[in-house]
Amino acid sequence: MDQTLIEVEGVTKSFVVRRRAGRLRRTREVVNAVAGLDFTVRRGEMVGYIGPNGAGKSTTVKMLTGILLPSTGRLRVAGADPVRDRVRLAQRMGVVFGQRTTLWWDLPLRDSYELARRIYRIPAGTYARNLDRCVELLELGPLLDVPVRQLSLGQRMRGDIAAALLHEPEVLYLDEPTIGLDVVSKRRVREFLAQTNAERGTTVLLTTHDLTDIEQLCSRVMVIDHGRVVYDGGLDGLHRQGRSERTLVVDLERELPPIELHGTRLVRREGTRQWLAFPASASAAPLVAELAGRYELRDLSVREPEIEDVIARMYGEAERTAATVARIG
Amino acid sequence: MAETRSFVGGGAARWDVVHAVRCYGHIVRMWIRAALAYPASFWMTMAGNLAASGMDFVVIVVMFLHTHALGGWSLPQVAFLYGTSGVTLGLADIFVGSMDQLGVRVREGSVDTVLVRPVPALAQIAGDRFALRRIGRVLQSGAVLTWSLLRLDLSWTPLKVLVFASLVLCGTVIFGSVFVGGSACHFFMADAAEVQNSFTYGGATMLQYPPTIYARDIVRGTVFGVPLAFVNWLPALYLLGRDDPLGLPSWFRFASPLAALLCATAAGLLWRTGLRSYRSTGS
Ligand SMILES: Nc1ncnc2c1ncn2[C@@H]1O[C@H](COP(=O)(O)OP(=O)(O)OP(=O)(O)O)[C@@H](O)[C@H]1O
Ligand SMILES: [Mg+2]
Repeated sequence: MDQTLIEVEGVTKSFVVRRRAGRLRRTREVVNAVAGLDFTVRRGEMVGYIGPNGAGKSTTVKMLTGILLPSTGRLRVAGADPVRDRVRLAQRMGVVFGQRTTLWWDLPLRDSYELARRIYRIPAGTYARNLDRCVELLELGPLLDVPVRQLSLGQRMRGDIAAALLHEPEVLYLDEPTIGLDVVSKRRVREFLAQTNAERGTTVLLTTHDLTDIEQLCSRVMVIDHGRVVYDGGLDGLHRQGRSERTLVVDLERELPPIELHGTRLVRREGTRQWLAFPASASAAPLVAELAGRYELRDLSVREPEIEDVIARMYGEAERTAATVARIG
Repeated sequence: MAETRSFVGGGAARWDVVHAVRCYGHIVRMWIRAALAYPASFWMTMAGNLAASGMDFVVIVVMFLHTHALGGWSLPQVAFLYGTSGVTLGLADIFVGSMDQLGVRVREGSVDTVLVRPVPALAQIAGDRFALRRIGRVLQSGAVLTWSLLRLDLSWTPLKVLVFASLVLCGTVIFGSVFVGGSACHFFMADAAEVQNSFTYGGATMLQYPPTIYARDIVRGTVFGVPLAFVNWLPALYLLGRDDPLGLPSWFRFASPLAALLCATAAGLLWRTGLRSYRSTGS
């Protein structure tokens, strides 16, 4: 069987927005939410889709789910056009919008699931099995008879995730599914998603601002900024691409002036402790040896780069090289 | 992967329509159950609806205390217009009336959630917040209609029965189409609700009175523009044996099914176009 599930070729999406400029004048602006995307996702992959605010992540998800028509380009999910075959594709996908519930707001959670059973034509046995699994793993038991509008954000989110999986979708789009979750719930949701992916081979595209989600779930990460993919690959590759740095934390016997060591850069100095940054690709051993030879040390440790810093540096770079808002009138 | 799951995958288009209607039914049932969970409030709003729609008829009755005819039409004849207008609008209102909240959903971007389910959006949005209490208008108008039929003595023939049945059905379809078409306008403009209400509720109030009391151009507009005249005015001319104020060919009196078909098609196209132009929101 063809292993490609999602194909995106030269896809763009622009919105025309009218802004008030002065008392009577209105200007039309074109916002290029997505400025040219190319990527494919294979079946069973779990892809992290990250980027700064306004990068175009949600817009991408909306195009993949058939909510929005791309301005240009070609987009295929399981070989079908998401907008033209929207209703039919919906049967095969699950969607969670962290910002917005797909549950029926005024009805108890249980009714939303019951409706999902009818809407997705889920056989009774499958439905019971999947609901039991979700209720157990996401701890929904006490919430089933509560109207959705009375659920807290985190409770609602878990309810939404369950709703997206009852019909055993082939592909799952998650737009910020861990927003508002406490640490325990986050862990539970991640385990649940990992298990779903492993056992059912569900393809997952996950948007998030919590990089721990990505570290724990995704072998592949796509970073987008200003509507373009700026990185696509493994997490480790991110460090290389982002020119990340490791840090030597040096504890000296006495307070000394700033250490000058070739290949490092002093980033901080506090009493007897100094922080020296060096490229993540370089080896720490020769640096440690030289330090030990030159100074009297009490302690010394190497700190790995924070994924957050790497990403932040990457976002910042794209910021400087791109401008997406074109004014036309 | 899809092959291993029997319930995944589409069928023929006909099956999709059946599924849409079924899902509409499920959604409706869910809302009725939710409403009946608070019976007191349900019956109160129902009584309120009954009283509110009854007020219109009181106005007509009061008028007839001062005159014997309105535009040449007697009280039972006007009651016939009132009843048919109310019943058809009421039925359309029950089935698709809650779509007028679409404006809010478009602005909030919550149409998104409807679009990711494997059921046509129309079926979901029409069924959402289904309000059984709207049956109040149908009951009240139905009572007036029954009274008028008893007073009128129409000397029923099979053709008249057919025309009457088609009046109720086609009238409901025409009003329903106006509801759907009007709702579709929410995708294009901000204040579509006002426009939609003026055509549905406003139009229904207009149809409660004989066409003879309106300016010819207005009546012409309801024949060739928004074809509300086909709801009850034109079939009523035949059923009550009256002359056409516009002097249109007599087949116009039987053309309601055609008008209903045209309306439904236009509304469907408008709806599709609306959905295509939906742009969600930034968050
Ligand atoms: N419906 C819309 N109308 C106008 N502009 C829009 C619309 N939707 C998105 N945009 C614009 O497109 C750009 C991308 O938005 P998008 O919601 O895709 O960002 P995002 O990557 O999901 O950001 P966040 O991390 O904040 O959720 C933004 O500049 C936004 O203002
Ligand atoms: Mg977003």
